[in-house]
Amino acid sequence: MEKSSVSTLLKMEGVTKRFPGVIANDRVDLELHNGEVLALLGENGAGKSTLMNILAGLYRPDEGFITIRGEKVSIHSPQDSMHLGIGMIHQEFMLVQTMTVAENIVLGLQDLPLIPPMAEIKRKIIELSDRYSLKVDPDRFIYELSVGEQQRVEILKLVYRGAEVLILDEPTAVLTPQESRDLNGIIKTMLSEGKSAIFITHKMDEVLSFSHRVQVLRQGKTVAACKTEGTTPQELANMMVGREILFKIKKAPYRPGEPKLILDGVTVEDPTGRPVLKDISLTIYEGEILGIAGVAGNGQTELTEVITGLQKAVSGRITLDSQDMTNKQPLHLIKAGMSHIPADRGAMGIVGDMSVADNLVMKRYRSEPIASRHGVMHATKIFGFAKKMISFFKIATPKPETLVKFLSGGNIQKTILAREIDSCGGVLIAVYPSRGLDVGATESVRNNIVAQRDKKAAVLLVSEELDELLSVADKIGVMFEGELMGIVDAATTNKEELGMMMAGMRGGNA
Amino acid sequence: MQLITTLLAVTLSAGTSLLYATIGEIYTERSGILNLGVEGMMMMGALSAFAVSFYTGSLFLSLIVAMLVGGSLALLHAFLSISMRANQVVSGLSITLFGTGLASYLGQRLGPESNGFNLAGMTASNFQKIQIPFLGDIPILAAFFNQDVLTYMLFLIVPLSWYFMYRTKHGLSLRSVGENPRTASAMGISVAKVRYLYTVIGGMLVGLGGAHLTLAYTPGWSENVTGGRGWIVIALVIFAGWNPSRAVFGAVLFGGINAIQFRLQAAGTMIPASFLNMAPYVVTVVVLALMTIIGKKKKGKYSSPSALGNAFSIEDK
Ligand SMILES: Nc1ncnc2c1ncn2[C@@H]1O[C@H](COP(=O)(O)OP(=O)(O)OP(=O)(O)O)[C@@H](O)[C@H]1O
Ligand SMILES: [Mg+2]
Repeated sequence: MEKSSVSTLLKMEGVTKRFPGVIANDRVDLELHNGEVLALLGENGAGKSTLMNILAGLYRPDEGFITIRGEKVSIHSPQDSMHLGIGMIHQEFMLVQTMTVAENIVLGLQDLPLIPPMAEIKRKIIELSDRYSLKVDPDRFIYELSVGEQQRVEILKLVYRGAEVLILDEPTAVLTPQESRDLNGIIKTMLSEGKSAIFITHKMDEVLSFSHRVQVLRQGKTVAACKTEGTTPQELANMMVGREILFKIKKAPYRPGEPKLILDGVTVEDPTGRPVLKDISLTIYEGEILGIAGVAGNGQTELTEVITGLQKAVSGRITLDSQDMTNKQPLHLIKAGMSHIPADRGAMGIVGDMSVADNLVMKRYRSEPIASRHGVMHATKIFGFAKKMISFFKIATPKPETLVKFLSGGNIQKTILAREIDSCGGVLIAVYPSRGLDVGATESVRNNIVAQRDKKAAVLLVSEELDELLSVADKIGVMFEGELMGIVDAATTNKEELGMMMAGMRGGNA
Repeated sequence: MQLITTLLAVTLSAGTSLLYATIGEIYTERSGILNLGVEGMMMMGALSAFAVSFYTGSLFLSLIVAMLVGGSLALLHAFLSISMRANQVVSGLSITLFGTGLASYLGQRLGPESNGFNLAGMTASNFQKIQIPFLGDIPILAAFFNQDVLTYMLFLIVPLSWYFMYRTKHGLSLRSVGENPRTASAMGISVAKVRYLYTVIGGMLVGLGGAHLTLAYTPGWSENVTGGRGWIVIALVIFAGWNPSRAVFGAVLFGGINAIQFRLQAAGTMIPASFLNMAPYVVTVVVLALMTIIGKKKKGKYSSPSALGNAFSIEDK
């Protein structure tokens, strides 16, 4: 075997990892050079997270070995991995909800004194957050933070520990475009300090803008490894999925029907009585997709939650098919045909300890044909239904009986999407539906949402990606500080106009 | 005034064993392990402490043995629920059945021949009340300073436990393991090690609680010496919101009603004795239930460790 070149920092050779029913990694080789960013790509369930969890010491490989600076190392625990200077941001948050930001950041640190000097720690956190412009209050509890803020805490954890090799597993999947840009800036800063990174993402623009090399996994195997320079998003996407990706939506002409969902002067207040949604009036027609753009935290969550019955309106009226739905229970709304793809899918969308099949029927188990008239569920019908959904939405799972928590991050997303899109009975509220999905799955989810609209459903699509809104939606409303800045025609507007409205300028027909 | 002082003093003494066991169980549950073996461990602690004191006369040795016995039973529970990944409820209940059964058996075998090998009815050296000079003379306050060594030790153990859990590095690890073992593990904390450690420490404290019953509160061995206190402890932990300092209120509540109830029985009232005997349990459970319902409104702070009762392995997510 040739001697590894000086610039090679880390090498994985012939790494294999099996889980019941799947080979997550099949003799994978991977090489990371000093000071470079390696983009690790692949479809949902390709084995990216598993491979990185092996480096982080969470999983033990069944075969293969790892060398760092030419020396063979054994990583038996996260502790070993940290000692080698490896730090990882996991795909799902690794934060203790009931502890403060500062406590989470120092958790598990080896050289922490018996009585952690919290004042000093907080000072250091504030210093680091200034340096990398990661604004968080070290005294807040994690459960009080938005997903974006939680991600900042994760990054702070890495920089606080001074990791040399950064593993970032889809860190921008849950972030707004602005936050993603900030994060990418931070990563550049860290690289300029001599660190190296392995970056997992499904966003092609990120791959092209700051990775030096790419490696593509498909079904646990490496299918390509090359320099980023000289590849195109199209090529990368095709390598990942193994088929042609069109990046195009099949959409019937826009022919709206009757008004379906009407909001009239809806206002929502937070627990302190501050209005977070101010006097919102809008109408979604049958066969229409209303996109909602805006920087995260400008009332989008409240808007979707007040519609789906998860938050109370203090004033205003919501009607669905001319029936009053203001402040109705979620179950009532579900029965009226409302589907909801929530932003916080871990907490609201899925029961990890239940099987894929049971999660898929969760909205249908009350009625025939899944259950008998007396409420007894038919196991065979559940499986028949689940199998159909799994193949239609291409959910990668060993069996319908597999517990959802064992699926890859993207496939957990697909399970929720499949359930909600399938059960849609006229109204679909979709929040960031393509988060965490690979290019192929993103394409099919967008097509599925459009298919619902073509079947006369009224769709509210909250997204942070203007490209998504422009290609999928019929009309786009922009939110700013809890107010609707206006609604514009998706066919005639452009990113500049939307950008201005997102910054607080009124436009369209407000 | 004298009556209040006396009642308060009895209350504190009655609450001591409960408080030891409650704090022990809080340590255990904070790590995510539910140990329903408290009743059994307490019983074994009570028996072994008394037997050692009876034969050696050394109170110090008695306490050590009670801790070892409580700790060993807890170690068994830890092994079953952490290493063997057994159902923690089943494992804990077995420990209670085993502990109470063994204690009652040994109580009839370890005694002197003259008493038919029975320990019941024997006397052994026990902890005496120690009056702290000056402080022990002030009315009301005297109740706090007319106690035995084990109760005095609680004056230290309670605040130290609170400080340990909320202000030290190890407390941070302990809480994180019970709350989110996956995260703790990813941060380099050995979940299994932490769980073993605090389950055993918890068992030791429960053993001490048992020892207080036979060596201080009601000196002497009898088959039903714990009187179901192990179960009250499980409720107290919930009431305390897994917080050692809040545990004091629950223990004092139970101890207090117990003290009043004894007084009433001694004074001879119309109320049947069985009702009076029942009172501490009923009142404690009712008050705890009410407090828990009210406490629910405060999010997060007093809720159970999220991973309580769940076996953990990183590959199982
Ligand atoms: N702990 C586990 N137990 C069982 N199976 C698992 C486990 N972790 C991952 N898998 C399986 O291994 C395969 C690879 O999963 P992995 O999470 O590595 O995918 P991924 O490439 O990160 O996908 P995504 O883009 O969706 O995050 C999947 O089929 C998944 O179901
Ligand atoms: Mg993944």
